[in-house]
Amino acid sequence: MVGWQVGLVSLAYLGLLFAIAYYGDKRAESGRSLTQNPYIYTLSIAVFCTSWTFYGSVGRAATTGLDFLPIYIGPTLVFVVWSVIWVKIIRICKVNRITSIADFISSRYGKSAILGGLVTVIAVIGITPYISLQLKSIAESFTIIVDYSNPRGAGGEGIFAFDTTLVVALVLAMFSILFGTRHIDASEHHEGLVSAIAFESIVKLFAFLAVGFFVTFGLHDGFTDLFGKAEAAGLSHLFTVAHDRGYGQWMTMTLLSMAAIICLPRQFYITAVENADEQHLRKAVWLFPLYLLVINVFVLPIALTGAMAFAGQDANADMYMLTVPIRHDQGALALFAFIGGLSAATSMVIVAAIALSTMVCNNLVMPLLLRWKIVDAGEGSDLSMLLLTIRRASIVLILILGYGYFRFASESYSLVTIGLVSFAAAAQFAPAIIGGIFWKGATYRGALVGLSMGFLVWIYTLLLPSFAQSGWLPISFIQQGPWGISLLRPYALFGLEGFDHLSHALFWSMLANIGCYALVSLRFAAGTLERIQAALFVDVFLHTEGMRDSWTQDGSATVGDLEELVGRFVGKQRATSAFHTFARDQGVTLRRNQTADRALLNHVERLLAGAVGSATARVMVGSVVKGGIVGLDDMYQILDETSQAIQYSRMLEAKSNELEDTTKQLQAANERLKELDSLKDDFLSTISHELRTPLTSIRAFTEILSNEAGVTAQERRHFMAVIAKESERLTRLIDQILDLAKMEAGQLDWSMAGVDLRGAVDEALGAMDGLVKERAIRLEVDVPAHLPMVRADRDRLVQVVINLLSNAVKFCRSPGGLIQVRAAPAADGLLVSITDNGDGIRAEDRDRIFEKFHQLYRGSAAQPSGTGLGLAICRQIVSFFGGEIWVENRDGGGACFSFTLPYDRVQEVVGRVGAMT
Amino acid sequence: MTHSVLVVEDEPNIVLSLKFVLKQAGFNVRVAEDGAQAITEIERDTPDAVLLDIMLPKRDGFSVCEAIRANPAWSAIKIIVLSARSREADKEKALAVGADDFITKPFSTRDLGNRVKSLIAAGAGEA
Repeated sequence: MVGWQVGLVSLAYLGLLFAIAYYGDKRAESGRSLTQNPYIYTLSIAVFCTSWTFYGSVGRAATTGLDFLPIYIGPTLVFVVWSVIWVKIIRICKVNRITSIADFISSRYGKSAILGGLVTVIAVIGITPYISLQLKSIAESFTIIVDYSNPRGAGGEGIFAFDTTLVVALVLAMFSILFGTRHIDASEHHEGLVSAIAFESIVKLFAFLAVGFFVTFGLHDGFTDLFGKAEAAGLSHLFTVAHDRGYGQWMTMTLLSMAAIICLPRQFYITAVENADEQHLRKAVWLFPLYLLVINVFVLPIALTGAMAFAGQDANADMYMLTVPIRHDQGALALFAFIGGLSAATSMVIVAAIALSTMVCNNLVMPLLLRWKIVDAGEGSDLSMLLLTIRRASIVLILILGYGYFRFASESYSLVTIGLVSFAAAAQFAPAIIGGIFWKGATYRGALVGLSMGFLVWIYTLLLPSFAQSGWLPISFIQQGPWGISLLRPYALFGLEGFDHLSHALFWSMLANIGCYALVSLRFAAGTLERIQAALFVDVFLHTEGMRDSWTQDGSATVGDLEELVGRFVGKQRATSAFHTFARDQGVTLRRNQTADRALLNHVERLLAGAVGSATARVMVGSVVKGGIVGLDDMYQILDETSQAIQYSRMLEAKSNELEDTTKQLQAANERLKELDSLKDDFLSTISHELRTPLTSIRAFTEILSNEAGVTAQERRHFMAVIAKESERLTRLIDQILDLAKMEAGQLDWSMAGVDLRGAVDEALGAMDGLVKERAIRLEVDVPAHLPMVRADRDRLVQVVINLLSNAVKFCRSPGGLIQVRAAPAADGLLVSITDNGDGIRAEDRDRIFEKFHQLYRGSAAQPSGTGLGLAICRQIVSFFGGEIWVENRDGGGACFSFTLPYDRVQEVVGRVGAMT
Repeated sequence: MTHSVLVVEDEPNIVLSLKFVLKQAGFNVRVAEDGAQAITEIERDTPDAVLLDIMLPKRDGFSVCEAIRANPAWSAIKIIVLSARSREADKEKALAVGADDFITKPFSTRDLGNRVKSLIAAGAGEA
């Protein structure tokens, strides 16, 4: 494959990333952000897996075996076991609008500009080797994929590879600028960037798995075969834990990677600053470790295959991902692997460059410009362009630095060694961060001294020796120590020998860092603002609102001043809209010449903090507000004296809230009881009315008959019949009331079974036969035999049909009555309908007739009266069976009552099995 | 002279018993099955007394009672509300809308006859 083709594919791939990022930003602008998704979030965290993982792990595994693993065990431990630290950091970042790790540390220790600057310097110097590692991997992989005929992977010699690296560095700088610095409020999320990074995580995973599958199942017959052959080739030391060496280095690397997953600027940025929703972390705590696990499954198979294939040759083990496919003439697979490696490298470079440039701008350049009065926050020019320019220039500078380190220093190191040097630098932030969020006593001085000492030791024990090995310093610096003082040998400081270089460096730097941090913090008291910030960070879950404000008094600045100030950093339009939003949320109107109150001051500081970092923002607001800062001491005084009182009153408040809640619940319960009581009254009164009606006739006629006077024999017979009929009605009424009460209370015994509907309908028709004949009603029955069985209580089903039939008889036309009974199978049960040819039921009554005692007034007194409970009972029964009952009007009048009955599942299954056999 | 009573009741068996009892007591009895019909009957020929059920089709007893009291020409009519609703509130409401007496169902036939008689006699005394 020729260079320009590979170059074209690479550019096309970057173009695709570009398109995804663009689409992601567009989606975010229209309010449907892609990053509102825990999976995208998790994938973006996988920016942890760089070309170090992609190429370096294989190289490491091929030379020192399982040593590649601790780098993934550390992050897994942090996410699985200690995710609470992320919960806390993310909350702090959101509450304080933190934009970077430098901002975080600076903000925690009293919004100190010096500390922020120091963190930035350490981060830039520490991460530069890491960026160069990515550039190196891109250059080497490019050379190999182009130099197809020479699959030994012999490094990147020749001018061409260097040019490629420079081009790559510049293209990546351009991409970072386009999507990391389009507008200035850095705490607004970069949805497009995050989406593109997530996409890259998918690509590198699949590329790695593709090569893994090829090696394991294409070249060998699975894992057993592969490991068997490797053992035969004498490589078993690579996949068993060596006994001759201690576990010291494992421990070191695990601890180091635990610190790195939190303290690497890009991990902090992606995990905490770009976090769209705290809830996303819940998924990430197990998905991200899973990602690490999956991407590591094939490391050993690929490494072993490479070691066997290139045994005895001078092949670069870091490039087995490419050279193994190429050796087996798998050009397409090699190209895919190359793109995977490109993904791994570019994602790291872009995110790191953006995170670092934000820090350089907000925590290094802007504070200096303000201090040296090159920029004055009080004057009226628009500074948002200046900020953007600084950030863009920083990105270019950072990539040039990475390129420089690659060009001059990284030749003699493997990918993993370079990476570990960066990890050790980032780990220096761990004490200040972890101490800062758990220990209120940690102070600015402690953090400053600790960080400085740790960083100096890191330079001395890791960075300088790497320069010496690259020939920048005499090699005697390592071997004899500076000026021949052997106690100062950088790999055996103060005579400490027997450790590997990394463990040695980590031991001394952490000892200096943590030791100074703790001792100085304990020795010197914290300043005013520091204590406030300490409380805000450590107790972030206690006070989410209010207490974090710097401004406790209204200052002398006007609304117009502040709007102008904000406008110059974030742009006029954004400032205006931010002020509008604030006014709307607070429910106030802001006039330009009105004095700003403290709520607005604090809001402005937070707005600015998003653009220039919290320390700078404070100074700027302070420069506009005269006399505002004086309030801080007062506030501290009050805070100190009243912290006990505050806690006490908070407890009281909680108690009183509790009481209020209980009272509300009691009130609600009381209301409900009253409601139920009145419902019960209504019900009893209705029942009483219904019972009195037949009783009235019975008592009246009994008295008439007992008087005997003036009653003819015919009348006597008639009256006796009335008494009998009304007694029956009374009995029926009492039965139904009891039935219904039991059904509603769930105390009725149901014997549910498979029931043949035809039989039940026939029984009901039999019971109604006399009445139907007596009134000369025509009956049309269309209920097929052999319908599927339904699940019901047979007697209750008959009762439903009888109730509906007697309704139909009652309401159908007279003379010329017609009743139709139909049943047919439907989707999930039988549909039964009973239709009369009466006047039908008005639409507004159709639901209410199923309520208790809702009787429609009879058309003529001659018709038999009902109890008003029949339909209510029908509804209870049908819904117990799992069906529904309703009524509609037929065309040309007449009511059609329909209900459904679910099929008997057992019968259904039996039937189906029967049909199959 | 025979006094006339209008029975307003929708339950056929209760109508039957009332008709028998009132006729034996010497009244001229007419029947209306709902509230609307009651008003029509009264317009046709003003009765001396109305026995009025509350739960009626079309127009309930309270409303019929109000309609009678709203017409000065009908002020002499005695109204006896006959209800299966036994709550004190119903009785109060009936008297408030202008009923002269309130009888709860089931009623004693002798008591009912006596109360209709005495009401009509009292009305005649006033006139």
